[in-house]
Amino acid sequence: MVRAEAVHKSFGRNEVLRGITLEVAPRDVMCIIGPSGSGKSTFLRCINHLEKIDGGRLWVDGELVGYRQQGDRLYELRDREVCRKRAEIGMVFQSFNLFPHMTAIENVIEAPVRVKKENAGVARERGRKLLDRVGLGDRLDAHPRQLSGGQQQRVAIARALAMQPKLMLFDEPTSALDPELVGEVLDVMRGLAEEGMTMIVVTHEMGFAREVGDALVFMDGGVIVEAGPPREVLANPREERTRAFLSKVL
Amino acid sequence: MADLTVGQPVPAPAARERPEAIRAIPVRHPWRWVAAVVVLAIFAAVVYIFASAPDLKWPVVSQYLFNDRIMSAVLVTLALTVIAMLIGVGLGLLMAIMRLSVNPVMRSVAWFYIWFFRGTPVLVQLWFWFNIAIVLPKLTIGIPFTSIQWVGITNQIDTPFMAAILGLGLNEAAYMAEIVRAGLISVEMGQTEAAQALGMTRTQVMRRVVIPQAMRVIIPPTGNETISMLKTSSLAYICTVGELFFIEKEISDANFRIVELLIVASIWYLLLTSILTFGQYYLERYFARGSVRALPETPVQRLRRLLFHFHTTPEEILGASERKATAEEILANVERRRRSGPLR
Repeated sequence: MVRAEAVHKSFGRNEVLRGITLEVAPRDVMCIIGPSGSGKSTFLRCINHLEKIDGGRLWVDGELVGYRQQGDRLYELRDREVCRKRAEIGMVFQSFNLFPHMTAIENVIEAPVRVKKENAGVARERGRKLLDRVGLGDRLDAHPRQLSGGQQQRVAIARALAMQPKLMLFDEPTSALDPELVGEVLDVMRGLAEEGMTMIVVTHEMGFAREVGDALVFMDGGVIVEAGPPREVLANPREERTRAFLSKVL
Repeated sequence: MADLTVGQPVPAPAARERPEAIRAIPVRHPWRWVAAVVVLAIFAAVVYIFASAPDLKWPVVSQYLFNDRIMSAVLVTLALTVIAMLIGVGLGLLMAIMRLSVNPVMRSVAWFYIWFFRGTPVLVQLWFWFNIAIVLPKLTIGIPFTSIQWVGITNQIDTPFMAAILGLGLNEAAYMAEIVRAGLISVEMGQTEAAQALGMTRTQVMRRVVIPQAMRVIIPPTGNETISMLKTSSLAYICTVGELFFIEKEISDANFRIVELLIVASIWYLLLTSILTFGQYYLERYFARGSVRALPETPVQRLRRLLFHFHTTPEEILGASERKATAEEILANVERRRRSGPLR
């Protein structure tokens, strides 16, 4: 579903990604861990065209990210094409980023109605079911400020799901939550994984990574230090840096 | 409540027996009364001085207050204000979006526009538009290299009213552009990213996500600009537009009741700005939805509270009776009171 080959990305002189190569199979859940500043979030944002990569190649569902290849030439994608590709990828942010001037249900149906031009009534019905599924069927008309952090993040997940994405990206979805609210969000994510959604999750929740993840990647300094089955990496890290990191967070 | 010892667990009161609400004597503020008396005395003195001034004929004021020419001048002033502000807001929004555009040509054009129209005095601009016919006696609109064209005599199109509208509106747009830009950049970057991640186009992100949130920041200074415009429109007298100041001056030039007519004009300006202030308040309240948990009181609610519930807080009124509170707000109120319960 996602394939990265030697992906590079710099902000000015600061090289954030220094050759990321990985592959995520359909229906797999890949968790990415690592210290802050290691490039995890940047990599996630590259997959969704929120950042443009400077080097290497990145494919989503067999198609190049950000470029079109004809012969051996690359053409930058137009805005419209980028939007179309983004619409197929769901993204959940650390700070929720719900639209505060819209109610929960309006947040969920905004993109289906505006981007996919779905009928408002149909979208609303589907949105209601989605909110029901994340346990917020009774808060359809609440504004984000009236919801707890955990509830907001669940609305944000429903909002992403409403576009029927083929891939879901989670950027530290539980890092901004009070400890007792983390569980409700992880439960929703676990449910999604069980239904076979392809997911890439940047997280600090080692328990989630171990139980739900099919693969675990440890990043540091813009490179992948170690990757493998989560239980193995977490229990017997091969690399010294992985060991040092895990000893601090576990 | 009497003998709480530090370190000892406080036994939770049984659910039913809550201690009764505290009734304490509120702090007295004698100096407020002294200040009020002093202010009233000064006010009375000012009123007396003006009321008793021998050369100030108050009957003239009341005679001209609803004079036909004054009334129609008020309408012209209002029309100038509204139209100039519409141009200002519309063009200002466009300029603000252009200044934040990814297109360098757009950015430069907007920068130049703001630089020019903010850099020259509005009186000069008004005078310029009034006299544009000197340099451009004929206006031609057409498609180059074809015979399709339309020619107009500038003096027929550029009436005094039109000159005033152009002068005030184009100048205002430069200021509004900066106000709108401030609003747009005040919306968190995460909002744009979230909208983009959903596949929304730049235009959709602006229209559906950024602008509605920017409104909260844009409206107060825009209200300010509107009030300011109402008064700045008096500069249009230089274009011989029959607005309030021009007509007032015309009348007083004829009958030499200068101060009386100034008072008439001032009363109208004050009345109009008061109405605008009122409207602005409700507009702000509308766009505060979603950004505050409980909306602030309306002036009517505040007045009622001051008259009938002098010592109650706004929250108590809002939560309880004056407005149809939503279930959430009532619950939140109950919760807040429960938490802060016995100690207050």
